[in-house]
Amino acid sequence: MDIFSSLHLSRRRLIGAAVALPFTASVVRAADPSLSFDLYGKFGVLGLEFSDKVKRLAGQEISMKGFMAPPLKAEAQFFVLTEVPMSLCPFCSSDADWPDNIVVVYLLEKQTFVQPRQTIEVRGRLEYGSWTDPETGFVSLLRIRQAEYFSV
Amino acid sequence: MRTFLAAFAATTILAGAAQATTVYPLDRATILAGSPFDFKVELNKQVKPEDVKIMVNGQDYRTVLGGEAQFVELEKGKDDKALGSALLLRGLKISAPGAYKVEVAAGDETKSVTWNVYETAGQPKAKNIIFLLGDGLSVAHRTAARIMSKGMTEGKANGRLNMDDLDHLAFIGTSATNAVATDSANTMSALMTGHKTAVNALGVYADRTPASLDDPRVETFGEAVRRTTKKSIGIVATAEVEDATPAAVVSHTRSRNDKADIVGMLLDVKPEVLLGGGSAYFLGKEVAGSKRKDNQDYIKLFQDAGYKLVTDKNELAANASAEGNLLGLFHTGNMDVTLDREFLKKGTVDKFPNQPGLVAMTKIALDRLSKNPDGFFLMVEGSSIDKMSHPLDWDRAVVETIEFDQAIGVAREFQKAHPDTLIVVTGDHTHGVSIIGTVDDEKPGTEMREKVGTYAEAGFPNYKDENGDGYPDKIDVSRRLFLSANNGPDHYETFRPKLDGPFVPAVQNEKKEYVANEQYKDVPGAVFVQGNLPKSSESGVHAVDDVVLQSAGPGSEEFHGYLEQSDVYRVLADTFALGAKQTN
Repeated sequence: MDIFSSLHLSRRRLIGAAVALPFTASVVRAADPSLSFDLYGKFGVLGLEFSDKVKRLAGQEISMKGFMAPPLKAEAQFFVLTEVPMSLCPFCSSDADWPDNIVVVYLLEKQTFVQPRQTIEVRGRLEYGSWTDPETGFVSLLRIRQAEYFSV
Repeated sequence: MRTFLAAFAATTILAGAAQATTVYPLDRATILAGSPFDFKVELNKQVKPEDVKIMVNGQDYRTVLGGEAQFVELEKGKDDKALGSALLLRGLKISAPGAYKVEVAAGDETKSVTWNVYETAGQPKAKNIIFLLGDGLSVAHRTAARIMSKGMTEGKANGRLNMDDLDHLAFIGTSATNAVATDSANTMSALMTGHKTAVNALGVYADRTPASLDDPRVETFGEAVRRTTKKSIGIVATAEVEDATPAAVVSHTRSRNDKADIVGMLLDVKPEVLLGGGSAYFLGKEVAGSKRKDNQDYIKLFQDAGYKLVTDKNELAANASAEGNLLGLFHTGNMDVTLDREFLKKGTVDKFPNQPGLVAMTKIALDRLSKNPDGFFLMVEGSSIDKMSHPLDWDRAVVETIEFDQAIGVAREFQKAHPDTLIVVTGDHTHGVSIIGTVDDEKPGTEMREKVGTYAEAGFPNYKDENGDGYPDKIDVSRRLFLSANNGPDHYETFRPKLDGPFVPAVQNEKKEYVANEQYKDVPGAVFVQGNLPKSSESGVHAVDDVVLQSAGPGSEEFHGYLEQSDVYRVLADTFALGAKQTN
């Protein structure tokens, strides 16, 4: 990410720059609550229910560790964060589906995609509720918006 | 003979031409008399309607086929690529059996195909058909299931599987219209329509336009049973009910991935019993866990159509003999496999702890369907033999085969009391797997490959079934069957059952190549196995080998020798007399 390319330096960008410094990074990391992939409080044939923690953190800045699924399109502004490295590309294989516990990540700005096996930490604002991506038609129920990520 | 070879060569050359004019149904199609189908002609060039001449058995097609085809001046492909003109006539029927030669001429383009329209026996041979499909069921799966379940002493099996005693047998060819290899959609579609089709297609011929829901249709067995009989229809699977095999009983789409649409197609035909996984496609998109892109609530639509809904094995048992239609959905996705569900409690069993198995679902389906005095058609799929064979998880695949065989046992019990029932057991395709011996932990050394016993070194495995449930009491015994795949991605062979959950042999890297999953690298004795498939392959693939079909009951004598999977349909149709001369 070229942080000097624009005069507009958002808070996120400043954090991005700060992450480069190990000392500051640990301070920043401690600031936002982290979310794990235990996203649901209840499972059922007639639907799942998000956990109290997910509901409580909605609207807040959070951090979350996971893996980047093979991107939908190279130029997409979003990717799917998964708990384990995706062994299958749901759009390549004829009978594979996304797992239930995925989080869609909308990037504040484009970043270089990383290896799906690389653990990443995503930071951004948590949002839940059904949303259909206008460009791709991809429907998601849980998202991190204005996000950025780095390898951990 | 020479003439025949010359004709064969000519056909082969034509078939290989890049952009031959195409007529659907394809050449050599077999069509049930009176069964509705769509007729489509795809021309390579854009022509005027008056330039197209179509003759059927020497007469204008309108006279013989009884309708005028819609002329499409220009069909477009991806990125608006011009494809040529087309003609389409939907839902036509041919009642009189015989050969129908269709000749198309448009400018310099010509094409000729011949269809064989067949009638069936005038009277049904059986009142009921139970069609049991082991997805991916290969010879190695059944041999392993027999040895694991029954044991073997001095080279003779200590017992027989239920499928071992089905008396009529045929070898079934499984290839697709567009490839020598196949998938479950194409092959189940052929079994359920009598027409071969392309990989991923269900109940349609795969045409050249990108839309997946407008391809030329053929009638499914579910629809044919509805059209010509008062029989009930049942569909039971451990996969999602909108997965390829259950979907093929009723569906029409070029893409098996149209699962949200397939739910609607299931509702159109309204099978009296529908049991399996896949509730995610029944839930509107606002509901967490939904996989729909719209807000249609198909749970409610099914309930409005008179279905009783059950969501776990207790509710299912409580509705064993109730009246009315039954919708049983037991998982948002595919149901867990027997080894995880009943024994290891791995996979997603903690989230869906009360799933019924295939045996319970088959029993209850038979209880309810057999109330219809006119009989029934029941399709039962052992879905996960395939789903566990793709990731080379042979222990799970074999345990699934044992469960499938127990469901066959339920069908055989039913047949004893109701001898007017035809039972058909087959696979839809095979996997590249064989048993080559055993793995013996007692052999010296730490290298696991040195513990592989072949020929006389193999001895016999030491599975036990002391509780007599048909399943080995322990899967990780000290001397195990060794099944090996002849194809796969890069992976680590651990020579051991995967007790922590289904095997994930390979994962994708940033170059979109599948590489060996390092999770298994440090399992003691694991060896790296270099893949022999393209690096885009994440798992083992289906084999082109014939599958074995076995059958018992009235009508079963028609299964013998070699048959294409599309010929199986004809036997089913004949058994129910679906193509008998219509009197009205």
